[in-house]
Amino acid sequence: MEFETVIGLEIHIELNTSSKMFCGCSTEFGGEPNARACPVCLGHPGVLPVVNRGAVESAIMLALALNCKISERSIFHRKNYFYPDMPKNYQISQYDVPLSVDGWFDIDMGEYERRVGIVRVHLEEDTGKSIHVGESGRIHGAEYSLEDFNRAGIPLAEIVTRPDIRSPEESSVFLQNLRDIAVYLGISDCKMEEGSLRCDANISISVDGKEGTKVEIKNMNSFRSLRRALSFEEERQRGVLNAGREVKQETRHFDEVGGETHSLRSKEEAFDYRYFPEPDLVPLEPDKEWTNDLRAKIPELPQEKRKRYESALLLPKEISSVLVGDRALAEYFERALTEGQDPVELGKWVSGELLALLRQESIPVEECRVEPSGLANLIKLVSEKVISGKMAKDVLREAFDSGERPEEIVKEGGLFQISDENELVGVVDDVIKENPMAVSDFKSGKEQALKFLMGKVMKKTRGKASPEEATRILTERLENQA
Amino acid sequence: MKEEILGKKAIEIADMIKKREVSASEVTGLFLERIEKLEPELGSFITVCAESAREKAKEIDKKIDSGEKVGRFAGVPIAVKDVLCTKGIRTTCASKILENFVPVYDATVIERISEASMIVIGKTNMDEFAMGSSTENSFFGPTKNPWDKERVPGGSSGGSAAAMAAGEAPWAIGSDTGGSIRQPASLCGIVGLKPTYGLVSRYGLVAFASSLDQVGPMTGNVADCAAMLEVIAGHDRRDSTSIPAQRNEYLEGLTGDLKGMKVGIVSELSGDGIDEGVLRCFRLTCEILESLGVICEEVSLPNFEYALSSYYIIAPAEASSNLARYDGVRYGFRARDNADSVWEMYEETRTGGFGQEVKRRIMLGTFALSAGYYEQYYGKAQKIRTLILRDFEKAFERFDILVSPTSPTVAFRIGEKVDDPLKMYLSDICTIPVNLAGIPAMSIPCGLDDGLPVGFQLMGPALSESLILNVSFALEEEIGFDAKPQTFRA
Repeated sequence: MEFETVIGLEIHIELNTSSKMFCGCSTEFGGEPNARACPVCLGHPGVLPVVNRGAVESAIMLALALNCKISERSIFHRKNYFYPDMPKNYQISQYDVPLSVDGWFDIDMGEYERRVGIVRVHLEEDTGKSIHVGESGRIHGAEYSLEDFNRAGIPLAEIVTRPDIRSPEESSVFLQNLRDIAVYLGISDCKMEEGSLRCDANISISVDGKEGTKVEIKNMNSFRSLRRALSFEEERQRGVLNAGREVKQETRHFDEVGGETHSLRSKEEAFDYRYFPEPDLVPLEPDKEWTNDLRAKIPELPQEKRKRYESALLLPKEISSVLVGDRALAEYFERALTEGQDPVELGKWVSGELLALLRQESIPVEECRVEPSGLANLIKLVSEKVISGKMAKDVLREAFDSGERPEEIVKEGGLFQISDENELVGVVDDVIKENPMAVSDFKSGKEQALKFLMGKVMKKTRGKASPEEATRILTERLENQA
Repeated sequence: MKEEILGKKAIEIADMIKKREVSASEVTGLFLERIEKLEPELGSFITVCAESAREKAKEIDKKIDSGEKVGRFAGVPIAVKDVLCTKGIRTTCASKILENFVPVYDATVIERISEASMIVIGKTNMDEFAMGSSTENSFFGPTKNPWDKERVPGGSSGGSAAAMAAGEAPWAIGSDTGGSIRQPASLCGIVGLKPTYGLVSRYGLVAFASSLDQVGPMTGNVADCAAMLEVIAGHDRRDSTSIPAQRNEYLEGLTGDLKGMKVGIVSELSGDGIDEGVLRCFRLTCEILESLGVICEEVSLPNFEYALSSYYIIAPAEASSNLARYDGVRYGFRARDNADSVWEMYEETRTGGFGQEVKRRIMLGTFALSAGYYEQYYGKAQKIRTLILRDFEKAFERFDILVSPTSPTVAFRIGEKVDDPLKMYLSDICTIPVNLAGIPAMSIPCGLDDGLPVGFQLMGPALSESLILNVSFALEEEIGFDAKPQTFRA
């Protein structure tokens, strides 16, 4: 028997519009419970929804980035079910005529690429949050439940993939790629821990190419738990099949603590959502012009950017990954790049020294006090051998702390590197004269002695001697003595 | 003074108040007195806003006295069906589940009548959540027809219709999902208009069937109807289904000139199933139309046959979803605080909070939308809806407007149909096609049968309110219907 894991993902992204999907309430995270709620998102009698244009734009951009076709006409549906965190006891969502359909996205798995089909990207509204008080911590057996409707009505983009994913690892890479895209588009902060990025999965095992039974997995709250849950489920289903039994069609809940999935409800217990077209809203009909405007607004996306960095700028993969992984950092890098410095050198500095400083001080790159042009100038000074790399690191630190421009620090501190031959020869000769022991050590073949003598040269020049020049002259003079 | 005011049109009262011939306080006081006197027998109101109405009247009087600017119909009281949200005034929809619900916002229509400085004098009785044709399905008890207190005023806007007929208010507002303005208007001998779907904002109208609901005027005469429509119609960005059309000057359009018009008499609504007495009045009215230079011809709209059945799928389907929010979690009635689970709380709240007819329709609608039945019921009903709209469109290629009786019967006896839902549903047979097509229609009184009023329905293409109002205006003049129930003279 040949097993193959088949996975499809259903992802919800909270859109960072300033107001909710169907009313004017703020979408800010957290805050006093029920402070960001109005009659509309509380489902009071008589209220009506009005579609948030910004949310539609965000969803269209995401759909375009995932190569989807934008529907000329899409409609909202009501998804009916009772739950106390859902004010109207129906969710306004999209059903058989969604905003966009039929896209794809390629993920890079290192050794191979995988094309993942996108069934649809559509819009819907989020629910509130329940806090169930009591031992169970769940609605069943709760002593009482508290409801916070701040989240109710926040716009969600739902992305449904085709069952094209073949491993938990691919699932995780896909989700990370999707997150990067959403962040690049500026439509969501995609924080799994805050719930602004949520993922459910359908997983089955096909046997000798024959389709298996789908199991839906819920409650995976981090990239790690996505991998863990799917790996567990993959093993569980293989075990079931190996034992000659059948996988049951059901919904399972991932238990973070135990690292296992547990049955939540069977196929028979599945809800009948009684979908029907939302009569309070008119169809969404984005015209070509609008869609084209949105297409034009899409920035270079992470995948293309990485390719460009590696093929056109010749950045090594490690550096391009670090830069592309953070849109703001990549922007910083690109602004610095306009100053005409060597991309690889610049990439190293941004992804290395600068990023280290930012992380150390937990400062977002947007608030970095060293201007991209300042960093470029600093690197220019190194490449022109005005200062050494070591000096540059110290200058960067100072500029980072003080906000002064690096080239000013160099100028004011008189930190110019000494590479003048005559000046260096004088210093080297003095050092040779003053350290006969080390000189004789060198002559008897001790390499260490050269380092000692170089140290003396640096000390005499207060670190300003060009290391390459000084080393060359020192070696020359020592060998000439012999 | 009293009799003088009582016989006046609302727009005339407004003029008198503006000219300081009478004060808003006097007018409000007069109608409050009448309400106080008549209510024990009629039950037109669920809530009477005596105090706030008097206060508002005083404010308006002060403004008028000091020459401050006031709204167009300043100081004229208005009765509002208890299905429209009024900030600070409880809004019950005649249901136990909202018995003590006080909205935190005003419906758009309420905002507009407030801008016109009209005074909400009370919230009128209705069938629970506007589901019914007799106002018997009210948690607060039935409303009696002022023409005969043994009979129903029609429904669901029976409270507004009865209040108008009995002179408890100069004008009133109702809502119409399948005939809820026109049928009670017909049974109570007043004028009622259901506007084109989307002409009047539904924001703040407690939803029954969202794709069918419309708010409209219920008045004593056509001019008042046109005037009130001018106040409440117009685009509202809070209602996505609201039409971004230009506002019409409906009053100006009342010229009474009908020459050269062509009117279609709907065969399906003017024969079988319509009481003989009603038909007699209807035909007489058609003859009057002809005497005004109008060409009347029969026209068949064959898909009307399926209107009632498709309505009773679509409306309950939407209602089952619209009424899901009444669950005891956030507001309104909650069965008990110590239920064992939220599911138990839901069940007891909804079992105890809704009346029989509402529960029946929730069940019907839930069933119609269920997996495996959707296409068979809801899908098919929507297709019929399209066919009915096409029937209308085709008819309007030949005719300017269509006419029919408003109700197949005059006011029936209280209790007569309440136990037979199918019989009750037939009360709306003439009015329902209009809602399914989203077009405007109105009912005007056209005579009496056995001492009870008969209504004449005029239907026009989308946004033809001016046209049907003008035809009604001409007919009103010509018919000269001035009968009033005994109660009115009380």
